[in-house]
Order: sequence, then C-alpha cells, then structure tokens
Amino acid sequence: MAGNNRRTVIKIDNVNKKYQTRKGEVLALSNVNMEIKENEFICVVGPSGCGKSTLLNMIAGLLEPTEGHIYVNDKEVEGTGPERGVVFQQYALFPWLTVLKNVEYAPKLQGLRGKALEEEAMKYLKMVELEQFASSYPKELSGGMKQRVAIARAYAAKPQVLLMDEPFGALDAQTRTQLQSELIETWEKEQKTCFFITHDVEEAIILATKVVIMSARPGRIKEIVDVDIPYPRTQETKMSPRFLEIKNHIWSEVYKEYLEVRK
Amino acid sequence: MMKKKKGKIAQVPSWLWMCLSLLAAMALWILIATSEAGGVIFAEPWEVVQTAVDKIRDGTLWGHVGISLFRVLTGFCIGFILSIPIAILMGWYTPFRKIVEPWIQFVRNIPPLAYIPLVITGAGVGEKAKVIVIFIASFLVMVVTIYQGVCNVDTTLIKAAKVLGAGSKDIFFQIVIPASTPFILVGARLGLSASLTTLIAAELTGASKGLGMMIQKAQGYYDMSTVLLGIIIIGVIGLVMEKFIRFLERRLTGWQETTGAQ
Ligand SMILES: Nc1ncnc2c1ncn2[C@@H]1O[C@H](COP(=O)(O)OP(=O)(O)OP(=O)(O)O)[C@@H](O)[C@H]1O
Ligand SMILES: [Mg+2]
Repeated sequence: MAGNNRRTVIKIDNVNKKYQTRKGEVLALSNVNMEIKENEFICVVGPSGCGKSTLLNMIAGLLEPTEGHIYVNDKEVEGTGPERGVVFQQYALFPWLTVLKNVEYAPKLQGLRGKALEEEAMKYLKMVELEQFASSYPKELSGGMKQRVAIARAYAAKPQVLLMDEPFGALDAQTRTQLQSELIETWEKEQKTCFFITHDVEEAIILATKVVIMSARPGRIKEIVDVDIPYPRTQETKMSPRFLEIKNHIWSEVYKEYLEVRK
Repeated sequence: MMKKKKGKIAQVPSWLWMCLSLLAAMALWILIATSEAGGVIFAEPWEVVQTAVDKIRDGTLWGHVGISLFRVLTGFCIGFILSIPIAILMGWYTPFRKIVEPWIQFVRNIPPLAYIPLVITGAGVGEKAKVIVIFIASFLVMVVTIYQGVCNVDTTLIKAAKVLGAGSKDIFFQIVIPASTPFILVGARLGLSASLTTLIAAELTGASKGLGMMIQKAQGYYDMSTVLLGIIIIGVIGLVMEKFIRFLERRLTGWQETTGAQ
C-alpha cells in the first residue's frame, strides 16, 4: 500500500461540540483534529460518553459542530451527502420494506428503475450472501443478517466513505468475527474509506489501519496508533506478538480513561 | 387423558366455536326473556326476528340503517381525512403543536352530549349537526392516536433515509407515513367506535330517522323488541367495521416485529 502521499478525504479541523441540556451546557468534544486519507480504515475507541457517536454524526452531516470545520474532499460538510454512507448500531432497516427494497432504496433515489435497479441491489445482496432472502422482511432475519443487509444498503448508495457506529455491538462473538472478516474483504475489494466506532479493542486492531484513542469527556483525541500488521488478518493474528503488544498498549490507555470516567 | 382433551379442543375449528358462542348467547337470551324479572326488559328472540321482518317489509328498517350509516361514515371520513395532516403537523411543527394540543386535550374530555346544543344552535337540527358531532368525536380520538404514532417514528429511520439521500418529501411519504400506518389504523378503529357511540347522542338532536331515533321512539311505546333490534344492528355494524380495519391491519402492517399494533 502506498505511504503517506494518499489524498485526504476527511479533514476535521479544530472541532468543538457543545450540547445544550436542561442542566446547562455539556462540552462533548473539545479541539478535535484529524485527517483521514483515502482507503484508510480508522477505528475509534474510547470510554462511553466520550463523543464518538457525536463525531461520527458530524462527519455524516446529521449534526453540526459548535466550533471548527469538517471537510470532506476539501468541501465543508453541510448536511448529509451521497459520498458518505452510515451503518447504525440498531441496523435501522425500514421494516415495511423487503430486504431487496431496502437495498434498492438509495439507487432508486439516485434514479435507477426497473431491471437495472433490481440487478444493482442484488449485486450487493450477493456481496453479503443474502440473495435468497431478497423477498423477506427485516423481522424475519437474525441480528447478524439484519446488519449485513444494512451494510449492503449502505454500499448500494456507492459512498466513498463508510461511517459505522458500533455496527457489530449487538451481535454475538461468533457472528461478529464473521462479519469482521467479511467487512475487511469488501473493504479491500471496494477501496472505501472507513470510519468505524467500537468498544472492542481486539475488533479495532483486527480491522484498522489506524486506531484513534479518545479521552474521557470532554472528548479529545488522545493518541493515534498505526496498526502495522499486514492484511489479511485472521484469528491467528490475534495470537501474534505484535498484535498483543498493540492491544496491551491501547487497552492500558483506554483503561486509564475508564478510570477517569469513574472518578 | 388431559393431553388428549387439550388436543381435541385445539382441533375444533374457529367457526364452530363461533356457532357455539352464538348458540350459548341465544340460550342465555331466551333464559332471561322467559324469566319473570328479565321478561319485562327482554323480548324473546323470535319477537325481535318478527319485528325485523315487519320493518323490512314496510321498508322502514333500511331507512333507519341507511341514514345512520351515512351519518357515521360521513362524520368519520371527514374526521379521518383531517386528522392525518393535523396529527402530522403537530408532530413535526412545534409551534403548531404547542398551540393546538391543549385545545384537543381539553375538548377530548368533554362528552359529545354536552356540546350538542351548541352544534344545533349553529348548524340547525338537520343532517349537518349530527355529522358535525360525530366528526368532532372521531376526529379527536384519531388525531391524538395518530399524533402519538408520528411522535414515535424512530428517528434513526429518518437519519438512515437522510444519509441514503432522501429529501424532506421522501422522508415524509416514504418514512413517516408508512411508519405511522399502525397508529393510523388503530386511530381509525378507535375513531369508528367513537363515531358509533356518538351516533345515538347525535340522533337525539331531533332526528326523524336513524337507529338511535328508532330505539328512542320505541322506548316511548314500550316496544322492547324494536329496542333490541336496534341495539343488535348497531352491534353488528360495529363488528363489521372492526373486522374491516383488522383486515387492513393484517394487509398493511404485517411487517411489524410484534403482532398487533401498539
Ligand atoms: N442530544 C444530546 N443532548 C445532550 N447531550 C448529549 C446529546 N447527545 C450526546 N450527548 C452527550 O455528549 C456526550 C457524548 O455522547 P456520544 O453519544 O457521542 O458518546 P459515545 O462516545 O458515542 O458513547 P457510547 O460509547 O456510549 O456510544 C455524552 O456525555 C452525552 O451525554
Ligand atoms: Mg455512541
């Protein structure tokens, strides 16, 4: 993979985020600066409430920074945009639409119709190996299958950046591992930039090119760790000395922040 | 032994249960009608059937049923059509909600009987007054229920649609409306039942025709079989309407995780 001369896709420039609550102002994020390059896989870890989701929602254009700027492809973010896709923890599938219609949603808004629309959606359903569930409704799927549909739906919009907020958080360990390898596979194939939030340090290291550690509230970027382990990463990778070394380091940093929260 | 019995009960088809239930009701009815105390209020079933036949023959029954149905359905339909946009406006536009919600909460707790005189003074004793009263009653129930539905639309679904490229119009028609459909249908069911309940009250406003009026007048002549006939017909109308909405619910909201709305 090319070194540092890749193009910057997302630039977060001195961002602060304050929430107005009944108890007064809450500073959720303070002075966040980050650059995310093309085809990077960024994983964000940090204690609960440190502002990970807030940051993701601002990149997605669902929230506005109180101060500072966020640029995507050198253009300041104003609302949502087709170059940014989001996968939510709660799947957020449209329950009244079939699996196929869910995946067709974005291409249809983009103007595709008829046979071409269906073929396009089927392509992404095949990618997540759910083509035989095309006519099922979301309620008929397991959690892991739902999240696969959500990923297919996000991909079908053809975003350049995929933002994921603890997408595997609600899944059991086995399904999680499987979806992790599927995600890495598609990431390598489709050349997308990923921004992935997780609580799971192992998950972060298995997936990421870089792990961003955030500090307790107000959220700041504490450290960015390069994960210099080559892909493909497998279950065995988790036993390798380098993996354990990185894991220990990240874990101790995150743990310090947990203690900070409990104080 | 127990197991075998249970299996047999489960095997009985539901239409047979329905018949048994009807037969039991008949038996109970006859029992009450032939008893000393009950006989004063309850005509026997055959008397009611005779009355029905007579009234069908002389053509008066359809007149009563028709005009009552017309009032219920007109009032309900106007209420339904108005309640959807108003409920959605309340859910989406805070200033509108802040102003309108207290009114609705206030009027909702007033029994329709109380404002009938007001409506008559305003709209006269004709059809208009009755339709208006039924409209008010069903509209209030529906607006409150549908408004709850609109408020309960999962915001992540709206966010999901936005990031997939949906504009406000798409979100309204493709997300808010389908997501509120279960509540719209529950609202319709409650609204129909409120319409029917209010029908009698509305027909007290000096009707010359209608089921409520038929019952009212028969009471004056101590004609209990006509009273019972009217009551049964109202019950049947209610049941048919309920079944119709249930049918729509199955067709339109089968996608829900939990069966049955709410
Ligand atoms: N809509 C809101 N109004 C007020 N405060 C909010 C709002 N959303 C988030 N916050 C506050 O901002 C802080 C950051 O929230 P955020 O959801 O971004 O945290 P997080 O890192 O995603 O946490 P978790 O890991 O639990 O998902 C929290 O302290 C939270 O209380
Ligand atoms: Mg979060």
